[in-house]
Amino acid sequence: MKLARSILLWGALAGLLGGLAWMVSHSDGQAGHESGVAGKSLAGTALEWPSRETIRRVLSLADHNTRAVATGVAALGAAGGLVGTFLLLRKRSLLSDTVSHCTLPGIAIAFLLAENAGGGRSLPVLLLGAAGTGALGMALVAAIRARSRVKDDAALAIVLSVFFGLGIALMVVIQQLPTGNAAGLANFIYGKTASMTAGDARLILFASLVVALACAALFKEFKLLCFDFEFARAQGWPVTALDLALMGLVVAVTVIGLQAVGMLLVVAMLIIPAAAARFWSHRLGVSMLLAAGIGAMSGLAGVAASALFPKLPAGAIIVLAAVFCFAASFVFGAERGLCQCWWQQRRVSRRVARQHLLRALYEWCEAHADAASHGPGSLLDRAVEAAELRRANGWSEARLKGLLRTGFAERLVSWSYSGSAIQLTAQGKIEARRATRNHRLWETFLLRYADVAPQHIHHNADQIEHVIEPDIVNELEELLAAREGASLVPANPEQPRAGVSGGLGL
Amino acid sequence: MNWSELDTWIVVTGGLISLACALPGAFLMLNRQSMLGDGISHAVLPGLAVAFLLTNSREVLPMVLGAAIAGVLTALLTQAVQRLGQVESGAALGVVFCGLFATGLILIRVASDKVDLDADCVLYGSIETAVVDVGRVPRVTLISGGLLLVNALLTWLFYKELRLVAFDPALATTQGFNAGAVQLGLVLVASVTTVLAFESVGSILVIAMLVVPAASASLLTRRLHWLLILALGFAGLSAGLGHLAAITLPGWIGAKLGQPGLGATSSAAMMAVVAGALFLASWGWSSLVKRFATRKPEFSAPRHC
Repeated sequence: MKLARSILLWGALAGLLGGLAWMVSHSDGQAGHESGVAGKSLAGTALEWPSRETIRRVLSLADHNTRAVATGVAALGAAGGLVGTFLLLRKRSLLSDTVSHCTLPGIAIAFLLAENAGGGRSLPVLLLGAAGTGALGMALVAAIRARSRVKDDAALAIVLSVFFGLGIALMVVIQQLPTGNAAGLANFIYGKTASMTAGDARLILFASLVVALACAALFKEFKLLCFDFEFARAQGWPVTALDLALMGLVVAVTVIGLQAVGMLLVVAMLIIPAAAARFWSHRLGVSMLLAAGIGAMSGLAGVAASALFPKLPAGAIIVLAAVFCFAASFVFGAERGLCQCWWQQRRVSRRVARQHLLRALYEWCEAHADAASHGPGSLLDRAVEAAELRRANGWSEARLKGLLRTGFAERLVSWSYSGSAIQLTAQGKIEARRATRNHRLWETFLLRYADVAPQHIHHNADQIEHVIEPDIVNELEELLAAREGASLVPANPEQPRAGVSGGLGL
Repeated sequence: MNWSELDTWIVVTGGLISLACALPGAFLMLNRQSMLGDGISHAVLPGLAVAFLLTNSREVLPMVLGAAIAGVLTALLTQAVQRLGQVESGAALGVVFCGLFATGLILIRVASDKVDLDADCVLYGSIETAVVDVGRVPRVTLISGGLLLVNALLTWLFYKELRLVAFDPALATTQGFNAGAVQLGLVLVASVTTVLAFESVGSILVIAMLVVPAASASLLTRRLHWLLILALGFAGLSAGLGHLAAITLPGWIGAKLGQPGLGATSSAAMMAVVAGALFLASWGWSSLVKRFATRKPEFSAPRHC
């Protein structure tokens, strides 16, 4: 059911996006025919709309390079989603932010060393340097957290800002070097998908696959680590080593994401898909797969956008696509999205309202039963003036109206012939008996076994009676059967009884 | 090394901004919202871009307004995501500031022919060129001085409320102070500070100066007023030593590595690095003190268990 709804929703979203893309491509064609200067659309911005041929080539992945880059970035997104889910559960999402900033001095140092050795700039060396300082920064955060009274968040902010400052200081020095061709280094900060070669993309693809495999291999261990760290330690698992492995995977994803999305936004690949997937499922495996899917889709969207509009920063598009998925999940998520929560809340409040109305009717009929000497079967046949019901229960006009609307909608009450009085229907009678019975069983239980003062039981029972399950009702019945007798609806324990309350003068 | 008037202005400006950041930063740290500084410094970008696009100028007022709105929006959105979606606070902040920063990058890139704004200047700043204002007090120095005055005044006026909210928000609420409003005001001050500072020193120094001096001070004292005084001291010291390191270190290291003739590096970045070094020093000092302090019980009377 839930799955069906999710599929439906995602289908609708995909359809919407497809429609938009179609409209864009068509409007482009028309504008091109009419004026020939398509670039002047969108209120004077300088965004060049691509030709239809470009769109076709990009969407059909005709270029070898685009195909390689798309595969690589999608794999990166998937790996980010997988690792990010664990990171989110460890409540350490922002650690990825610190790690990504910490990679800058590593890149600069690796560049300087490579220049000194005369080897020139090579991607693996730079990434190795990035991984080195990333890991160092992470270790420093852990040390500050463990060995000083500086709090977690402050430790993250300190390491982030100081390492990034060091990185920028080094970059400024590098730009002064006579031999240094530092032009490529800035790409690590903002990312440049468009300039990625097929070789770079293959490196990303390979590394992402390794990360994904490690996640799959250590799935059980990481799951234990995330959900119950202390239990894992007590069971003798090497929790420190596992934690290190997880953090190592975080560093790996960050480093391989530097080129594609850039240092400042790679953190989004680790945080957003994982956070979005949590709205759809409570099961770890399902939510990890979803996170991987969202990450991969965002990556593809970014690559497509950067191929269509070379001016747009690809990293930012990837992040915005992920944010869009997050917003959609936030609202429509099947497990704890806003709509789902609102719907459930509405259902519960309707049920509570229904039970209040039914019990009020039952109790009114019960109180007035002796005046007209009806038999027990026709106890609930009497009609109640709406105004009187309202007075008896102290309800406001609006509340009564709301309650009655629920009652009428579910055909539990109906207007009597006079037109101003209300009456239980046949179905309503059954439900009213059940609701009153639950309430009184619970009250009796509280009074006898839970030592709750008689003045308070009504309120307490009011809160709990709507959520007790049928099996609890059965248990209560068994518990109370001996003393209360097996009546269909027990007598109201709140009614002053001669023996109990007479002495109190109630 | 030849010290010129320009160097003095750099140190003075950097110092004033560092002091101005250290005050709200101390309370952000105590509220456990240190990473909010990082979040805000990223998230003000769309605010700035929109302000530029609307006014077509680099006037200070619309810029500050845009950034302040973006900063408060960050805090409010983070809270909304955290409460409504039951997302962990760090992840909520990450989602919000990444989204806003990405929006800002795209806005700037799309409108780059109209707007003379580069994302780089938000990150690095250029204190070295900002203080060039021959013959009189540079504009950025005046702005930083005013910022410090305002922040000091606000801290002095709301000291009681800030202290209460930082240490016990629940008690503050029962006493009739609106803890949420105080925290939001703090975020507002932090985002205005961030945007006024980034123009001259870049956001990296702001993030560092918001948290690092306060954290260093918190290792040395338990009293709030001493924490603020020490944080101000650390902030001023990092500014002075940072600039000194920026103009001397590259040449010195370059000469050792066989790359003579290297000029100065970014002063703002080195100020952040020196602040980190001072943090390490006070961390070491506090661990030393703790080690000697914990030896004492050996000589005291035996405890009865």
